[in-house]
Amino acid sequence: MKYQDEFRDRHVVLGLAARIREHVTGRTEPMTFMEVCGTHTMSIYQYGLRTLLPPQVRLISGPGCPVCVTPNEYLDRAVALCRLPGVIVATFGDMVRVPGSTSSLQEERARGADIRIVYSPLDAVAIAARNPERRVVFLGVGFETTAPAIGGSILAAKRQGLANYFVLAAHKTMPKPMGVLSADPDLKIDGYICPAHVSTITGPDIYRFLAEEFHIPCVITGFEPADVMQGVEMLVRQVVAGESRVETQYSRVVRPEGNRKAQEVIREVFTPCDAPWRGIGVIPGSGLRIADAYAAFDAEKAISVAVEETREHAGCLCGEILKGKVTPADCPLFGGACTPESPVGACMVSSEGTCAAAYKYGQ
Amino acid sequence: MCLGVPMQVVSIGDGNIVAEIDGVRKEASLMLLDEEVKEGDFVIVHAGFAISRLDEEDAQETLKLMREVFKPEDMA
Ligand code: SF4
Repeated sequence: MKYQDEFRDRHVVLGLAARIREHVTGRTEPMTFMEVCGTHTMSIYQYGLRTLLPPQVRLISGPGCPVCVTPNEYLDRAVALCRLPGVIVATFGDMVRVPGSTSSLQEERARGADIRIVYSPLDAVAIAARNPERRVVFLGVGFETTAPAIGGSILAAKRQGLANYFVLAAHKTMPKPMGVLSADPDLKIDGYICPAHVSTITGPDIYRFLAEEFHIPCVITGFEPADVMQGVEMLVRQVVAGESRVETQYSRVVRPEGNRKAQEVIREVFTPCDAPWRGIGVIPGSGLRIADAYAAFDAEKAISVAVEETREHAGCLCGEILKGKVTPADCPLFGGACTPESPVGACMVSSEGTCAAAYKYGQ
Repeated sequence: MCLGVPMQVVSIGDGNIVAEIDGVRKEASLMLLDEEVKEGDFVIVHAGFAISRLDEEDAQETLKLMREVFKPEDMA
């Protein structure tokens, strides 16, 4: 049974690859598609999808890993907070190993800081409820998929009357950086493989300006190799036809209106703000800060702490990688000084990072 | 961390569900789900919240990929 499934998948993937080749026969101009979701990055590397595509079709990875796009200054603040007496820092696992300017949460933990890896921000709320004499700071990092979960944790803490739960918020929203990269003449992006779960929350309309103003086709795509190949095939078809629309390959889960309940939580708890992206810089309106009505839960406002001056890691090309301008193999540290066991940059730490994916699958 | 994992609903409580994948059971909040679910349905769970419903075939397909690509601790 398993064999048959795999056979069928392989068959579909190869069939789609053949169709893509047909579409581009006779074209000399290459087309470049960017994926902006770490799970797509993993799928593309794992199945070696690039090797199945004709030379005219190029796939590049963009700013799709939330941990990776979070700049050092955020980590430095998290490190400063965990050094305060009585503070517990709760976080998703990926953040712990990301190097800040001079330390990481992992190093701080080894020195005695109380850092808890949780699966859900609700677990962090539970820790706060169990430890009323301590202050619990959750590291709120992530895109539109994660922001409502963290917003939900703030609502839960409020309902429970907790005064010792805080979020250090660095949420980011996807479409704005895609607009910035679309305008970059060095990149010449011809199409976007749009993220599946972000779109489940937002619905497809957030990409419409890319199709209409930048004339770049967008296809919301699932994670299976066959999904990704089909997404690429749909993009190729649009490019060849000279069209630019937002299409949904992953229509089985993404609804036109998105998830209204989750959108409401975002609107209630957060306010759009300018946000710094590693490698790209500050993008107006690309982040979510905690709304004034919930300022009591905002770690940045509620807990004052001195933060060290930010330093970048010498030689790390993460910023360029997140813009799709270079590949991991272009980084002189890749696989030598920088490996998943001892990462220099965030792109090598997170399981969704481009450098980690390239290292794992030997590309 | 950005993963959404398909899980099967085992039981429904007050505002949350217990869902299972590969023998691991987890509680997930229904606060963000704008669809009805019943026992046996599949939902995508992200960071302790159910965020959407999906049918069994899609759930199994997605899971197959995820089991190959991700470590179990990334998933649940
Ligand atoms: S290989 Fe390491 S040092 Fe080089 S860009 Fe990637 S994370 Fe940075």
